[in-house]
Amino acid sequence: MLLDVKNLEVTFALRSGPVQAIRNISFSLDRGERLGLVGESGAGKSVAGFSILNLISQPGFISGGEIFFEGKNLIKMSEKELNTIRGDRISMIFQDPMMTLNPVLTLGTQMTEIVRTHHKLSKKEARSLAIETLRQVHIPTPEKRIDQYPHELSGGMRQRVVIACALISKPALIIADEPTTALDVTIQAEIMDLLLELCESENMGLILITHDLSVVAQMTDRIAVMYAGKIVEIGKTQQVIRESQHPYTQGLLKALPQKRFIGKRLNQIDGSMPSLLSMPTGCSFHPRCPILDDRCRAERPSLQDCRLEGHQAACFKVEGK
Amino acid sequence: MTPLLEVTNLYKHFDISGGLLDQLQFEGGRIVRKKTTVKAINGVSFDVHPGETLCMVGESGCGKSTVARTVLGLYEPNQGEIRYKGERIDNLPPSKMRAFRAKMQMVFQDPYASLNPRMKVQQILEEPIKIHKAAATSKEIAEKISEVMKDVGVDPHWKNRYPHEFSGGQRQRISIARALMVDPEFVVADEPISALDVSIQAQILNLMMDAQEERNLSYLFITHDLSVVEHIGTRVAVMYLGTLCELSSTRKLFESPRHPYTQALLSAIPRLDEEKPNHIKLKGEVPTPIHLPSGCVFHARCPLANERCKQEIPKLLTIEENLQVACHAVEEQRD
Repeated sequence: MLLDVKNLEVTFALRSGPVQAIRNISFSLDRGERLGLVGESGAGKSVAGFSILNLISQPGFISGGEIFFEGKNLIKMSEKELNTIRGDRISMIFQDPMMTLNPVLTLGTQMTEIVRTHHKLSKKEARSLAIETLRQVHIPTPEKRIDQYPHELSGGMRQRVVIACALISKPALIIADEPTTALDVTIQAEIMDLLLELCESENMGLILITHDLSVVAQMTDRIAVMYAGKIVEIGKTQQVIRESQHPYTQGLLKALPQKRFIGKRLNQIDGSMPSLLSMPTGCSFHPRCPILDDRCRAERPSLQDCRLEGHQAACFKVEGK
Repeated sequence: MTPLLEVTNLYKHFDISGGLLDQLQFEGGRIVRKKTTVKAINGVSFDVHPGETLCMVGESGCGKSTVARTVLGLYEPNQGEIRYKGERIDNLPPSKMRAFRAKMQMVFQDPYASLNPRMKVQQILEEPIKIHKAAATSKEIAEKISEVMKDVGVDPHWKNRYPHEFSGGQRQRISIARALMVDPEFVVADEPISALDVSIQAQILNLMMDAQEERNLSYLFITHDLSVVEHIGTRVAVMYLGTLCELSSTRKLFESPRHPYTQALLSAIPRLDEEKPNHIKLKGEVPTPIHLPSGCVFHARCPLANERCKQEIPKLLTIEENLQVACHAVEEQRD
């Protein structure tokens, strides 16, 4: 097992009191496996991804749980030990490539800095490694591009460079936070192709954080659906999409325009996600749920195995094993 | 049937050369003054029929938002004609344009930026009426406000709240309400749902479809989301680099896209039922609208391009009923 997250909790100490952004989530990832973390804004999917490398900034902090990566508990590590993992064994790809790359440094400077921080390489070796990695992400004439600045590249090219930065130290796991959201559909398709190809050839694990169900459908082996800081459903990708168990996942899928119902009213989920400051009692989805009863208002459901193999849902209404 | 809106051969170029000193360049031993223009729209023609939803799709920078804004008179076109119910509106003085503005309203993309944060919902909603229907009494206005707020699903009791007290979806409802206050015939919606979450997107799309049915509205719907287009569009116009490549009925476009760019664009949509991405790969990158390619703007990336495409700009030709394509390859039936 590559990554094992157990009972993770993240709390933000706000002036009005502590607020739990991640409430007791667990998931694991095998070597070379791809997992999609899906949810709407505010569901906690990014916080969950960032907490793996402890990149949560004040006033947030990890308030409980364990994160084992290659057998070591990342939460127990000091900042110095964590820095040997960040960008080397685990890399991140962020949403907006213009914000990720430093505008006043050439691509070469930024890329060689990453490898030379972690490994004893001469400048020359690092540079040729950077050129090689740029070639791997299909950047034409990398020998020339390496001396250019980020503003000289198009949006799609920049995202390729960001992927190259994540890739250069040959990590075992990449955490990608909405890597294609800022891009156009045709560019998005190219970047998805590239990520898939690299994950397969390098046997890298991938955690793909996104709001777009159709993107995860094509990219991942498993999906975890998040709602209000919890995983409400987790299972094999096609199984979650074709036989979703939780009413929230079902609602999300039905809300997408579909070929069968062109021109008809869409199935909407009424209301919106509760604010972390005023969580409802019981199941946090109950105010929007079409099939709730009294138990949902009073008790909090936890993830239970359901009748499908390797598939769990947090809902009292889902048939158990 | 006379079209509601007719746009003929529209051009819009923006001068971005800046001040005099920015324009000076050193060339061949001399200092020359050069202007830089962004050629945002180049000869676009289309019409909108009463009661239909015309969707305009394309990637960022293709000029779809500029078309929307030019149609409503927010930008002045460099060339071309815009007619509303047969009357030319692109060269009207502001005083005469006002009557048309009451009939044509706009919904913007970002509900956080398009509502004035210092105005209460009531003030936001009464402003269009005060401008366009000066004779309305305050009682009439109050009634209209609560009627429209109910229509868009916002509780009229909240009219004294400020925009920041509402969620993104609620705000977009308020900005749709603002457009509906003056009972328009034609609404231009510029990416009205792309800033919203999936479950909220469905709410807003339903609201817009309901409003269309009840009020017999016509929409010009600008979006980059093709699955939404397939759902609500009567016809679709596909734009690439400031020109129209294909204009056809939604069903025809999604069943058999003709233009090579439309084909690539449709194949790039990720689908829930596909386990692996499977799309047509385009070579190269979108050129900038500052230096437009000669001939067909798509020729450098097109798999079917030949010499003619490099020289001659293709015209939007009617291939069959409700299907217009601007492509030499389609015209010649090249394979």
